[in-house]
Amino acid sequence: MAGLAQDAGVVLRLDGITKRFGALTANGDVSLDLKRGEILALLGENGAGKTTLMNILFGHYVADEGRVMVSPDGTGLSELEPGSPHAALQAGIGMVHQHFTLAENLSALDNILLGTERLAALSSSRAPARRKLEELMARSGLTVSLDARISQLSVGEKQRVEILKALYRDARVLVLDEPTAVLTPQESDTLFATLKKLADDGLGIIFISHKLAEVLASSHRVAVLRGGRKVADLPTAECDRRKLAELMVGHAIVETMRSPGSPGAPLFVLNKASAGHGRDALRDVDLTLRSGEILGIAGVSGNGQTTLARVISGLEPLTHGSMTLEGKAIGQASARAMIDNGLARIPEDRHHDGIVGAMSVSENLAIESIRKPENQRLGLLRFSAMRERARNLIKAYDIRCQSEDSPARLLSGGNIQKIVLARTLETVPKVVLAAQPSRGLDVGATSDVHKRLLAARDRGAGVILISEDLDELMRLSDRIAVIHRGHLSEADPSDTLDRGSLGLRMAGHNAEDAA
Amino acid sequence: MIRFEPRGPSSVSRMLGVSIAAAVAALLLAAIPMAFAGLSVFEGYSLMVKGAFGSLFAFTEMLTRATPLILTGLAVAVAFRAKLWNIGAEGQLYAGALAAVAVGTGVISAPPYVLIPIVIVAGALAGGLVMLGPTLLKTRLGVDEVVTTLLLNFIILLFVQMMLEGPMKDPMGMGWPQSEPILDAAALPKLMDRMRIHWGLVIALVASLGVYFLLKRTVWGFEIRAVGENAAAARHAGIPVTATFIRVGLLSGALAGLAGVGEVAGLKGYLTADLSPGFGYSGIVVAMLAGLSPAGVVLAALFIASIFVGADSMSRATGVSNYLADLIVAMALLCVLVSGLFLRFKIRFVGSQTNQEAAE
Ligand SMILES: Nc1ncnc2c1ncn2[C@@H]1O[C@H](COP(=O)(O)OP(=O)(O)OP(=O)(O)O)[C@@H](O)[C@H]1O
Ligand SMILES: [Mg+2]
Repeated sequence: MAGLAQDAGVVLRLDGITKRFGALTANGDVSLDLKRGEILALLGENGAGKTTLMNILFGHYVADEGRVMVSPDGTGLSELEPGSPHAALQAGIGMVHQHFTLAENLSALDNILLGTERLAALSSSRAPARRKLEELMARSGLTVSLDARISQLSVGEKQRVEILKALYRDARVLVLDEPTAVLTPQESDTLFATLKKLADDGLGIIFISHKLAEVLASSHRVAVLRGGRKVADLPTAECDRRKLAELMVGHAIVETMRSPGSPGAPLFVLNKASAGHGRDALRDVDLTLRSGEILGIAGVSGNGQTTLARVISGLEPLTHGSMTLEGKAIGQASARAMIDNGLARIPEDRHHDGIVGAMSVSENLAIESIRKPENQRLGLLRFSAMRERARNLIKAYDIRCQSEDSPARLLSGGNIQKIVLARTLETVPKVVLAAQPSRGLDVGATSDVHKRLLAARDRGAGVILISEDLDELMRLSDRIAVIHRGHLSEADPSDTLDRGSLGLRMAGHNAEDAA
Repeated sequence: MIRFEPRGPSSVSRMLGVSIAAAVAALLLAAIPMAFAGLSVFEGYSLMVKGAFGSLFAFTEMLTRATPLILTGLAVAVAFRAKLWNIGAEGQLYAGALAAVAVGTGVISAPPYVLIPIVIVAGALAGGLVMLGPTLLKTRLGVDEVVTTLLLNFIILLFVQMMLEGPMKDPMGMGWPQSEPILDAAALPKLMDRMRIHWGLVIALVASLGVYFLLKRTVWGFEIRAVGENAAAARHAGIPVTATFIRVGLLSGALAGLAGVGEVAGLKGYLTADLSPGFGYSGIVVAMLAGLSPAGVVLAALFIASIFVGADSMSRATGVSNYLADLIVAMALLCVLVSGLFLRFKIRFVGSQTNQEAAE
């Protein structure tokens, strides 16, 4: 059916891809073309099937129906052997996963070479490989130090290694699954500049993102999945935020607007608090959170946010200073004590700290309150009560899963976040610590999180919002403090701040310089 | 062409199927050395089946052999579920046996319904305490428990030998390094006349029911599973990770200790340094073969026990060495480890792309 003219320049074609997991259709008859030099953004709600589709393309899953066609050399399309990552690599498809797949204890160079040569040949082929990589780095602007160990690299650098790995294998098609979810705004800008350059060089690029601004700024074309089906495929020039949001969720999204809060008495206070060591340590931090307010913490990641979150989560002791809740000192903190004191904690790394993937959705929803009478009697679990409550939470928080008994690891990234939100906010906490709460969430879910955080504030809770997303911070926070190298600035009312001065302070200039 | 595709959660029937397939594969592989030993495969296996199931005596012998394996298998399974790598069931078994002998050979005299529970509790406690050390070293100082539990096996065995040569040596033992005999009032009763099968089997079966119930239905079991699957998330969610490890360590050691109690107070009647032919290590195979499930442990222990008892009997009849049993058990373990692949991945065999299309 497809005429020759239409095939011109097509480097990748998905043709009627359908993938089912049991009763669930993760992809339904999806067809998609990618042209040479094109940047295609793939959008869709959490659980819409984006990652699944890319996994089929790369051979991790086998489609139940449909086929993947590639044109490695820019001439005719031929069918790609399904279910073989090796074949996908051979055909010039490179993939950067949502979670990186690098060996932490090897150098960047070893990681890039791994799997391309036989191990015995590694040492001999090193010099030419290094030359090729240096050339690639110069051309694409992706710079990493090849001899550094992966464990010493920042997230952004690790991602660059992943991209280089794909380019080194002569990828003609590059797929990136939510590449900016873990990047700072500056790193994201650099990434997109690089992608533009690569596309100009003739690479076809697909990236998945929930951030509409970057989609609009950096893609040529947008494809939208909803419920596993492709519902739109159009040039980016014809889109705006509203339209994209509507296409994704099927109805208009009202962006949450903060009404002025009415902060009350100091609720949670850090006094000259220090903790942790190394780059991410906290130094001499004073923080006062009042009830009924959202206090935003702005900063480039790696400046002490993680330690701050760990302290408030009860996972890291203070080495100096004190922490009080409602005027009472919290001594030897533990996660349990924090939960029992009415602190809800939304961890930054939800896969690592948020859920137990092998356990069911309902068990994960109950895990923080497993010793509460509603979940156990005399040490025996009350399964039917747990599942009943899980079903209610699944409905209330719109968690997309097959049932409350499915293992949590099978849920999409955004839906895993909703499990954490549901179980923490459900307890009517006094203080909410939200670390990057909308990372990886779709627009609908993000606005839902925002609504829930504002609702918690309005009923008198204090919310500490740690985020790298300045829009999110400005929209939600009553006051914003900036964290830099472990020091926390005074918190200023957010209406007196603007993005420019915040950006400068995040980079380490103090308030007077910025003014 | 073989292709691997990750799959979703494993159903119980698939897990059972894979374990059985692994056992069968091990038996098939063992046919090769059997053939080299000049034994026809059919003859060898029929002798083994006869040796394990051929008579009431054979069958009860097999069950007697399975008794300690169920308990050490449970000890390993429950620890591994929490990712506490207890390789020391062998040492804990001896500690349990030593404690049973210490309280059961005349220090206390009481009627059986008092003395037997004392012996059982003493053995369980001793096993648990032995495992407490490595557990605390792990939780406090981060010392690798694989190393500590493994090395403790040798230390405990040497300690047992020392006791048997010294303070606990039976003066009536004609110089043999063995303990005084367990009092009749402290011995676990036999289950059948003129057979060696004893109440240890009942203890083992009750223990496996108990562990099943614990893991599945209780808060402690929930916490064990959570810690084992993702300790970071469990800690973040306020689950007492250290306490959970300590509980698991005590329980695991206690189960292995019970195996020692059964052997000494149910079967042998006195303690020697060769009480266990590696029941603690075989427990690891049993637990792995069982996929760490308590019900599976019972089945796997019966399988391994049949192999051992059957091979002994075959060896007596033919002169082929009973090392064959160790070989089969080792192969079963390998097959199970490989079969883990089948549980996590769907394996598709494809001739070529066109075949694939035709098939769909
Ligand atoms: N191996 C699997 N077994 C069963 N269900 C699965 C499996 N993998 C994914 N799913 C389900 O398929 C659906 C699509 O998941 P997918 O990860 O593709 O979503 P996504 O669009 O990438 O979402 P997100 O934006 O949250 O990352 C989800 O409902 C998910 O629960
Ligand atoms: Mg995804």
